[in-house]
Amino acid sequence: MPDEPAPSPTGGPPDDPLFFCDPTTRRVFLTRAAGASAAVTLGHGLFSGPDAQAAVQAEAGGGEAGGEEEVTLLINGRQTKLRLDPRVTLLDAMREHLQLTGSKKGCDHGQCGACTVLVEGRRINSCLSLAVMHDGDKITTIEGLGTPAAMHPMQAAFVKHDGFQCGYCTPGQICSAVGMLAEIKAGIPSHVSADLLGEMSASEEEIRERMSGNLCRCAAYSNIIAAVREVSGDKTGGEA
Amino acid sequence: MKFDTPALDNPIDRTRVIGRPTDRIDGPAKVTGTAPYAYERNDVAPNAAYGWIVGTGISTGRIVRIHTKEAEAARGVLAVVTYENAGKLAKAKAHTARMLAGPDVQHYDQAVALVVAETFEQARAAAKLVRVEYAPNKGRFDLAAEKENAIKKDSQVGPADTATGDFPAAFARAAVTVDATYSTPDQSQSMMEPHATIAAWNGDELSLWTSNQMIAWAVRDTAETLLIAPEKIHVSSPYIGGGFGAKLWVRADAIMAALGARAAKRPVKVALSRPQIPNNTTHRPATIQRVRIGAGKDGRIDAIAHESWSGDLPDGDIETAAFQTRLLYGGANRMTAHRLATLHLGEGNAMRAPGEAVGHLALEVAMDELAEKLGIDPVQLRILNDIQHDPEKGPERPFSSRKLVECLTVGAERFGWAKRNPKPGQVRDGDWLVGMGVASAFRNSPTQDSAARVGVDAKGLITVETDMTDIGTGSYTIIAQTAAELMGVPIERITVKLGDSKAPVSSGSGGQWGANSSTSGVYAACMKLRGELAKKAGFNVNEAVFEDGQIRAGGRNISLGEAAGPDGLTVEDKIEFGDMQKKFAQASFGAHFVEVGVNAVTGETRVRRMSGVFAAGRILNPKAARSQVIGAMTMGVGAALMEELVVDKRFGYFVNHDLAEYHIPVHADIPNQEVHFLEELDDKSSPMKAKGVGELGICGAGAAVANAIYNATGVRLRDYPLTLDKVLEGLPSIV
Repeated sequence: MPDEPAPSPTGGPPDDPLFFCDPTTRRVFLTRAAGASAAVTLGHGLFSGPDAQAAVQAEAGGGEAGGEEEVTLLINGRQTKLRLDPRVTLLDAMREHLQLTGSKKGCDHGQCGACTVLVEGRRINSCLSLAVMHDGDKITTIEGLGTPAAMHPMQAAFVKHDGFQCGYCTPGQICSAVGMLAEIKAGIPSHVSADLLGEMSASEEEIRERMSGNLCRCAAYSNIIAAVREVSGDKTGGEA
Repeated sequence: MKFDTPALDNPIDRTRVIGRPTDRIDGPAKVTGTAPYAYERNDVAPNAAYGWIVGTGISTGRIVRIHTKEAEAARGVLAVVTYENAGKLAKAKAHTARMLAGPDVQHYDQAVALVVAETFEQARAAAKLVRVEYAPNKGRFDLAAEKENAIKKDSQVGPADTATGDFPAAFARAAVTVDATYSTPDQSQSMMEPHATIAAWNGDELSLWTSNQMIAWAVRDTAETLLIAPEKIHVSSPYIGGGFGAKLWVRADAIMAALGARAAKRPVKVALSRPQIPNNTTHRPATIQRVRIGAGKDGRIDAIAHESWSGDLPDGDIETAAFQTRLLYGGANRMTAHRLATLHLGEGNAMRAPGEAVGHLALEVAMDELAEKLGIDPVQLRILNDIQHDPEKGPERPFSSRKLVECLTVGAERFGWAKRNPKPGQVRDGDWLVGMGVASAFRNSPTQDSAARVGVDAKGLITVETDMTDIGTGSYTIIAQTAAELMGVPIERITVKLGDSKAPVSSGSGGQWGANSSTSGVYAACMKLRGELAKKAGFNVNEAVFEDGQIRAGGRNISLGEAAGPDGLTVEDKIEFGDMQKKFAQASFGAHFVEVGVNAVTGETRVRRMSGVFAAGRILNPKAARSQVIGAMTMGVGAALMEELVVDKRFGYFVNHDLAEYHIPVHADIPNQEVHFLEELDDKSSPMKAKGVGELGICGAGAAVANAIYNATGVRLRDYPLTLDKVLEGLPSIV
């Protein structure tokens, strides 16, 4: 464990690494998602037959009486109250309802990482999370990290090292990198960590492993590693 | 400006701005999420409704009936568009299949309906209520099975068949021969941004805010499809989340958004969902390739033949997999042939380095096989067979520039090739068998006419407008560098506006012609502007020097802004390429070196090192060019090790049609990559003296991986991707 509490990448990740596996998180998820889960599950069209058709019709009707739910989102320090169809993902709430289009939709299935944002300091795929599950949550998006005139160090490092080309995966890569460095500082191990309880380093191997949920088809991978390493300040574990 | 004689010394040669590793000028917008991509243009259409495309559930056959009533009655639905109510449509000549099915179905997941609703969720849900009854036909989906029925068909970019000398006789008498057949699977471009469009009608005028590589083609093909005049269409595509060939033509998102907006009488936004992309849009077709090479004992090639079979929908095109074999190595007796089978698997079309990307996967492994049979180092074999002219046409058509030998020798030195053990399966590192591989890189360097408008205002600020696109290639930056160099101002004084059909028609982004062609168009416009400014200021243009924001001649100087006058000055010009491509073979070259580890227990391959040396004329921006190359090298690793659209041969579609199942390389798959560019200026290519670099890096990268796997294990694999199950079959069993 690090001696000091994990510093905030965005103004407020937890200093207790156990936060990341806090069972209450899951409980909160189950409770909040209950209202929307039926519609979401059926939305994938895995079922067939008359029951499924009825369910699809029910979903097209907008769920229970087509009702909307109220949710308060605290994004980039700004509080917004929204009435949303419970099927709206956190990603679409931001992109389509709040004009926060910095977070990208590459797959809408949690496969590419382009939609990565920080929720309570922790990186998540915002396309896999319903907006109504985040009532009161503190969310940081790429727009909250910095602006063209005042870039976050990670954003500036991506420009300097050309850690992108088309730019579409980039906000997700940057949010993911910021969250990932906080995880390393909090001592959370990865698949490639030699010692699960020891101090973690931001080595190239660790970064590659931990960033592998963020796809880049332009494949600026080498450059992203250089950018993240520079921001991490880690001098150990690099390749010769 | 005509370009029909070699370039002389010109102001680009000053290289104060061009040729420098400048950070991307669009970088701050992209890293802060403020660069707006197509689906995000809330500024132009804040009241857009949402469209969701319904794809066909069969691959070939007819639609018997479409039931849309339930969908139309669903909450929020504004319109359901099908072929029955879309109005008259045509197939654009550039499209192989139509963008909307009906009554016949041409491939799986072809658009059959668009549901337009107030919200995204409503459109998606209502789309599931559209029921379609089909009368399916029996389709053809298996390239290997259809190979014998394949026909000869010329490509738009060259003939199906070529022959020089007498290949059969020379091959029969050759001392050492290789005769091997390789296969490559269907592949998906898988750019990160799905195809997306916002469409809006203003009377009979249509605007498309879309994601497209070729603006003028988008206007043309939309006009042909919707049967409206091209003058009525405006296309805007300033930011593009990757293309790799998938966005060379307008696709169903654009056409269906236009139809949806017409039906709903308001702007409509449509993005293809990720799982629709591989079957609905285009893909790189699978190939079967046979390569035969005959050489003397000294390693000199006397006979070389490359044949390729691929499939496409009726009226489709061949995958030009044998094209590099016409030009890469010498040999007096040679032939190439391409055959096309009919397959009902969606539109086969361009993906990064069409033809050459998969052609190298065969040819460059065959060269490795030949080297081993000859007992000659594979780097030396390639050097031995270098040729400085078009081997079909003879010395009268030399290469404009060709540094393949230097790429190979410098690359071997930098990589430490001398340490390679030529005998396979000898080097171990724990459980890992370690091997090294090499391959040449060749990619034609075509050029396309390209126009630009350049203006300078009273403050000396310069604006460049062209319909050129930046698909991640760095167009914004290299165009700004070009204008800054020619006008003698810092890059901060240049504004670049791209991707709008109101701007002069450029080369667009494709075929690795974009950087060289579009900057040459900007060169032409800037030279014209220099002439007019000099004239206005009373200078002799041939003496005028443009630097530090000033025009200097004959001991006088004047600022650009003053010379332009209070209203500024704007000109337009175009680079028109003459017959230099006919007189000179024009291509860029490189050499890939790869070290892999293959796990002796599992057969898993890990790329440990990758290094490449490239010669591509003037490198306009080494930082952006390096990124293009490492990205292409990575795509080459994908082709070698993992990328494969798996065909369901019963129902005729790609099964693994999303990013969870179609595997592309991730961070953990790619080591640090080394790239080195050789100094080269090509005065036959353009006034910029540059050549294409965007697709060069994929050519040969996968073959170097395959050759390294062979060197590591002694297992020669010829059917891509080289997955661990195939490696394991050849590895000795472990007790």
